[in-house]
Amino acid sequence: MARPDWTPPVPYRSHAEDEQPPLQWPVYGSTTLRSPRQPLVVLPQGLTELTGPLLGEGRAGALDHDLTRQHEGEPQGERIEVFGRVLDGDGRPVRDTLVEMWQTNAAGRYRHAGDRHPAPLDPNFTGAGRAMTDGEGRYRFVTIKPGAYPWRNHHNAWRPAHIHFSLFGQAFTQRLVTQMYFPNDPLFDQDPIFNSVRDPAARQRLVAAFDLDATTPEWSLAYRFDIVLRGRDATPMEDA
Amino acid sequence: MTTPSQTVGPFFALGLPWSDGPYAVPEDAPGAFWLRGVVVDGAGEPVPDALVETWQADRAGRFDHPDDPRGAVASPGFRGFARCPTDPEGRWAIRTVRPGPVPGPDGTLQAPHIDVSVLARGLLDRLVTRIYFPDEAANAGDPVLSQVDPIRRQTLVARESDDGLVFDITLQGDHETVFFAF
Repeated sequence: MARPDWTPPVPYRSHAEDEQPPLQWPVYGSTTLRSPRQPLVVLPQGLTELTGPLLGEGRAGALDHDLTRQHEGEPQGERIEVFGRVLDGDGRPVRDTLVEMWQTNAAGRYRHAGDRHPAPLDPNFTGAGRAMTDGEGRYRFVTIKPGAYPWRNHHNAWRPAHIHFSLFGQAFTQRLVTQMYFPNDPLFDQDPIFNSVRDPAARQRLVAAFDLDATTPEWSLAYRFDIVLRGRDATPMEDA
Repeated sequence: MTTPSQTVGPFFALGLPWSDGPYAVPEDAPGAFWLRGVVVDGAGEPVPDALVETWQADRAGRFDHPDDPRGAVASPGFRGFARCPTDPEGRWAIRTVRPGPVPGPDGTLQAPHIDVSVLARGLLDRLVTRIYFPDEAANAGDPVLSQVDPIRRQTLVARESDDGLVFDITLQGDHETVFFAF
């Protein structure tokens, strides 16, 4: 029975079905043996779900956001800034939250033992970064533009160039792992991972915007990628 | 409109693991034990490229978080969050303590539990499950466990081992772990 003095914390809104990928998506071969077959059980959001790790400063070092300055020399490829705001579904900034990212080098090769793609490694590029969002939810990375790479999902399969992103948000419910793509990539149509997001407007949210105003002349191009985490259900006060 | 999820992919070891990732608590914290498991797929094969993350309250059932209506409580040395990639045999392990009971949405106490996120190549969205504790009287009245088909409830309860507890995660098939949506 409910406690009379209990003020329930506000749960996070769930999403429309086509805005998130399904778990069973046969055109993406790896889902065949890894996606659950049983329906998901609805879990009402309690305190464990509505709280989450607030890692604070110290997890991201001063240079962790700059993937071009991790080695003795500079990496090959197009220098780019990738920046944006982390917001919730009501447009409010998500402050002081950890953003982690990883990517291939310019040739499309991951610095990971499992990547056997015959493209060269870059001795001056590892490909992983971390940053905290500021008081307005802003983050910024300096990196080089990743390359597309082949994979074995289907004949002549290629992943469009992308950067992996991981975000904690403010609660377990808001945790998001996603991928950022680049505008006008000719490989979109044949990529089952990108196309697993069935709603076209939602799919477009995964594509960064080239931002000429944010480029640094003679130094770096820039892409803006805002990330929207789940927002709250309306509280009674907002309805009044 | 929320930014959609995409798979974590096979190469997250480049960016996500932390050297202190598996430690929700320091190694020598009072009451600390190892919580281990194996992640397997629908063919019963180990998943060597999964990432397991856990989140929980401290031993008193408190969170250090502004959205806890009871007030945020920081336990020195307690992080409550752990992250561990699976090894080539699909094994993961975290160091933690048994959480105290935590109120559910209506304020009644739930049985002690740990929330789990599972990420991997082949998963287009994170999977969420819960770990409940063996020999825990409160499990019988837990509102979440009560919603689960009785035949599948056991997939949510850890079992005892030599140095702590074991919780295996079966992504698909016979004895498929219960996963949640919210």
